[in-house]
Amino acid sequence: MSMKIYQLNEEFRNIVPQEIVALQENATWGNPKRGVMDLPVSKELLEEHSLCAGCPESAALRYILASLPNPEDTIIVNSTGCTSLMFPHIALHTVHSLFGNQNSVATGIKRTLEWRFPDKTKDVVVLAGDGATVDIGLDYTLQSFFRQEKITTICFDNEVYANTGGQESGLTPKGHVFKMAPKGKQFEKVPMWQLAIDSGCHYVARLTVSSPKRVEKVIKEAIYVAREVGPTYVHLYTPCILEIGLNSDDGLEEMRGRDKERFKFFEYKSPEAEEVIKKYKEEGLL
Amino acid sequence: METIKNKSQTNRAGQKIVSPDYLLFEAPRTKHFMTGSEVTKEAVKRASVDASVSYPITPQSEAAHLIGELWAEGYVGVYFRGENEFGVMSEVVGCSIAGGRTITTTSGPGTLRAFENFPMWAGTRAPMQLVLMARGVNSPLTIQPDNLEVGFLLDTGCMIWYAENVQELFDMILAGFVVAEQPDVHVPVITAVDGFFVSHTREAVYLPPDDIALPPYDPYKSPMPVIDNEIPPGRFLRDPFVMKSNYTSYATHASWQWEVRSAIERSRPYAKHYLKGLTEEFGDKDAEIVFVAAGTAAAQSKEAVRLLEAEEGIKAKVVKLKTIRPFPYKELEEAVKNAKYIFVPEFNVVGWLEREVRKALYKKSNAEIIGTPRVAGGMTMPKEAIVKEVLEFIRK
Ligand SMILES: Cc1ncc(C[n+]2csc(CCOP(=O)(O)OP(=O)(O)O)c2C)c(N)n1
Ligand code: SF4
Repeated sequence: MSMKIYQLNEEFRNIVPQEIVALQENATWGNPKRGVMDLPVSKELLEEHSLCAGCPESAALRYILASLPNPEDTIIVNSTGCTSLMFPHIALHTVHSLFGNQNSVATGIKRTLEWRFPDKTKDVVVLAGDGATVDIGLDYTLQSFFRQEKITTICFDNEVYANTGGQESGLTPKGHVFKMAPKGKQFEKVPMWQLAIDSGCHYVARLTVSSPKRVEKVIKEAIYVAREVGPTYVHLYTPCILEIGLNSDDGLEEMRGRDKERFKFFEYKSPEAEEVIKKYKEEGLL
Repeated sequence: METIKNKSQTNRAGQKIVSPDYLLFEAPRTKHFMTGSEVTKEAVKRASVDASVSYPITPQSEAAHLIGELWAEGYVGVYFRGENEFGVMSEVVGCSIAGGRTITTTSGPGTLRAFENFPMWAGTRAPMQLVLMARGVNSPLTIQPDNLEVGFLLDTGCMIWYAENVQELFDMILAGFVVAEQPDVHVPVITAVDGFFVSHTREAVYLPPDDIALPPYDPYKSPMPVIDNEIPPGRFLRDPFVMKSNYTSYATHASWQWEVRSAIERSRPYAKHYLKGLTEEFGDKDAEIVFVAAGTAAAQSKEAVRLLEAEEGIKAKVVKLKTIRPFPYKELEEAVKNAKYIFVPEFNVVGWLEREVRKALYKKSNAEIIGTPRVAGGMTMPKEAIVKEVLEFIRK
């Protein structure tokens, strides 16, 4: 991509919204070393959102957007759910597909861009909720791993269907009472990170978003490995504070608590992934 | 911008680029003997196609195999077997919005499994092509010819064209891309044929040479931003800003639905040109007995017209509909001016075409509209059966 596409036509500078002007003047484009530390001083790629106040999903998305090595050539494919409320406000190419087919749409995009632009790097990132990734979309998620699509899949695991008002998902812990599980959820939390490894992902991580620097490292590694080797998967705990009855400033504490138990940091790298990560470290990009 | 450079003389497969008019109307043609599946390959070969994703289901599997051969031969850029039809129809929309000329094929139950995608294709204004080789829908289990699923597709916001035979299928696939990709149209096209009767029947077909091809798709002429990061990101419908609950969002969603339907309407002049009319008439121009039909039901009706004339001395005619969306209202109204009886023969149980014809002619024609003969589940429609029904009816 030419950076020119993010430059304003001078004639319009005084009539376009201020956030667009700020985007051109003060966003972190064109620098693969960009990261979460730029957030307080530069223009964010997420303008605003209509998530609940304090929803950890909004923090997670901010960290992810700040960590993309190549935002000017990154396409994010999203699905239906709370996350889709943020997408209209992202200053990147984003696609809202349907509910569950995000990895299939991303496959089509990635393969066609490779065909159309064989000499360019265009990263494709999938970002969707646990219902979209592991329930209705599980087939499509895993099949894209089987096929070794060069895509990074990020799951926002809030352990519930939040957008439809609090039904249990495959990722809800066993026994938890939610709407449509009035006697408590009947089966164990699906170990999606393990399924991702078994299905052929080359880099897999499970974590909460309590530590922005750690999110940055994971996202960068996942994207570089996907670019060079094959599918990568990142599983982030982004608790739905609304459905578990927490105040808007309780999200961080909730994540810190889970850091020590079911979302204890876990990382898997295939030998090919190790190679790529080593290379990028040597280049100073990780 | 790859495709701008592609305005040179050849496409990526090394075929000489010619205008759609030259390819469809002027290039010398030679005679071949081929099935519908085989001509699908021949059409794709001349269409500068970028991407195709497939999933097996009888009777379209063979056409999908043959597109794969074209990929192996270097004529198609992206090809693989998807996980199921919902996945495939999602993958191809990805290919299309990423700027590739995209085609896929399916049949009967595959169509229904994929269904949520079709309105999404249309709403995304992705100008891809689905070649639908229609077949019965379960249950009971069947792989027989039947076109019930076309009735489900009518209101998805996609254009729907219907080919009668192998020749028409070849020409329609090429014309389909050309019309669907017009900037003021830019919606998907579903090119339907009756499975087996066309997909598996070998017929004489006239083909232009295979070293010429359509100009490649230029995604930068799309009315929607192509998702390739070569142009600024779009903020319209490819993301869900209409999720907001406010008047502007409601109005936007409503007007977008009208816009998709309007886009289909705007395809009329192009379709008229490239298909040589939205309808075709056969038989006695002023006949009082008129068959309105699509696909192989039109072919069988033509035979019935011949038989009625030869054996009963009764004059009749066929109005074949080549496009169902857009529906050729004016053409049909004009064609049935003298009709006393309008028969609508169909290969499905519900009579979706009869419903369409009734709606189109409501208060426009005094003729009696008769939804018959109607066969389903793989039954054939012999010309004698059509004649028998007509005679029974008019001699009542
Ligand atoms: C085919 C289909 N079925 C159901 C829905 C309704 N629906 C919308 S969002 C949603 C749940 C989303 O849950 P998840 O993916 O976990 O995301 P969250 O809202 O929790 O972030 C459902 C069931 C839909 N949009 N499409
Ligand atoms: S419902 Fe839950 S997941 Fe959705 S925005 Fe609110 S807190 Fe976040």
